[in-house]
Amino acid sequence: MNQRSSNLLDEALGLDQVIEPWPLRGRVVAIEDQVDTSGSFVLHHLLKRSLSPNSSNVAIFIAFSQPFSHYDRILRKLGCNLVSQRDNSRFFFFDMLKLQCPGITPEGGLIALYGKIHKTISALPEISWKNVSIIIDDLSLMEVAANGSSDYVLDFLQYCRTLTSEFDCSLITLNHEDIYSNEDRPTFLIQMEYLADILIKAEPLATGLATDVHGQLTVSNKGWNKVSNFHFKVKENVVECFYPGRSRG
Amino acid sequence: MAAAKTRTSTFSRNLSTAAPSHGPGLKCGPNGTVFLSSGIPDLDKILGGGFPLGSLVMVMEDAEAPHHMLLLRNFMAQGLVLGQHLLYSSPARDPRGFLGTLPSPAASKDDKSRERDPDQEKGLRIAWQYKKYFGENQLDGQRDGKHEYSNEFDLRKPLERHFINGPRIDCVSIQDCPDLSTLRDRCATFLSQFPRNDGSISCAGRIAIQSFCAPQRAYSNMEWDMLSFIRSLKSMVRSSNSVAIITFPPSLLSPSFCKRWQHMADTLLSVKAIQDEDKELAQLLTGYQDMVGFLNVHKVARINTQVY
Repeated sequence: MNQRSSNLLDEALGLDQVIEPWPLRGRVVAIEDQVDTSGSFVLHHLLKRSLSPNSSNVAIFIAFSQPFSHYDRILRKLGCNLVSQRDNSRFFFFDMLKLQCPGITPEGGLIALYGKIHKTISALPEISWKNVSIIIDDLSLMEVAANGSSDYVLDFLQYCRTLTSEFDCSLITLNHEDIYSNEDRPTFLIQMEYLADILIKAEPLATGLATDVHGQLTVSNKGWNKVSNFHFKVKENVVECFYPGRSRG
Repeated sequence: MAAAKTRTSTFSRNLSTAAPSHGPGLKCGPNGTVFLSSGIPDLDKILGGGFPLGSLVMVMEDAEAPHHMLLLRNFMAQGLVLGQHLLYSSPARDPRGFLGTLPSPAASKDDKSRERDPDQEKGLRIAWQYKKYFGENQLDGQRDGKHEYSNEFDLRKPLERHFINGPRIDCVSIQDCPDLSTLRDRCATFLSQFPRNDGSISCAGRIAIQSFCAPQRAYSNMEWDMLSFIRSLKSMVRSSNSVAIITFPPSLLSPSFCKRWQHMADTLLSVKAIQDEDKELAQLLTGYQDMVGFLNVHKVARINTQVY
């Protein structure tokens, strides 16, 4: 249906063919964006792909940024019904909007969150273990919830990474690159980029704003040793990706 | 007069799903959002209707000019004139003093002759580059119902006393808050009056926090505490029928934290002063002499949608 338009992004990630196993299984995908160019559309797209009717995938969504209703409306326009997925135990939504770590220690809060994720996965039928996607929106807010203790957040991510080897799940995270690029030692960002098997960067065009092109995506796929770069335009029900200079891919 | 039609099919329109009617000063937008006016009709147009309920607006101040106060004044006055509730916080010892500077709605155009004398321009207008690409009818549309949603304000006339002395306003001075938890609690109490549910909205609230920055007594984890406050305010506003606006001086923040604050905002604006006697600008811009500053829209709220 809408396979054609998002082909460049799906191609870069190996999602354009319907194959088993799920190409992102056991991989860590890090999405980076900036104030000028939001990368949340990539997150929505990957969530939709992970819940596609052909697969038996399960998605665990850890939301620090927006409430359920926001994602529900967006994914509905993309052709995915989160409410029914939730009812069928294919979609688990952890609302972390109000998680406040000053009340409990930052470490305690994150340990509890990890425990919850582990428990949720373990409770699934074993056949689903290999098809779980853990999606985090977004990491900079997790740091705020941890009151600035980035080390604990990194530990948490390392623990989640063990899940990718223990259960073969995929970990998809969103973070804001321009927060860290201004620091003297952008440790957190570098650590995350090191952890990631696939790095997707959403950036504005060098020439600035435009109506037809919202920005550019650079996908670095370490597993395939491949880097792809293309332009994108975000619409209500699809993301159009195309090579620079062409209007449709 | 249409004659009554007999139903020929078993399908009938489900009227209960029609958009609920809301209280004054609220307007339905796409994707299930409801807007309230910023107090500046031109800005509402640029933002696609106004500020969506449940959103956080952040304004980056210019250290050399108080133009962010103009935005705040219009925002606050608009709410009071339409019967919405207001919580105002500022670093001043007595924030109530600021209320005396709020503007009054400009006299309705029907009261005067149709000819608008440009020298009499007394409100805050925004001249934006792309105005000429919109058709005339789109710009002047819906004049009749306009005053129920937004007003033009006359900055020379102060707002009438009865608006300011009403029970719908609460003021907080940051100086009275030993730490941010007091301010957070005041906001929580205020916002509890407008819980969000599916149904018509009787009343909306506005929070205006002016010049939010580190209080006198700065301590080591202050920057993270402030960020934590903004995050909790945002999540409280998200689940209520209100809009919060925070102005802050970016120069007082480290670049990294400034970016974090920018990412927190649903709608991000900045104001910048225009130098007097700048010959290059005078050549570039028409009406340069009347301009006081630049308003940049960096980010527009995207609630329930991934497009602008």
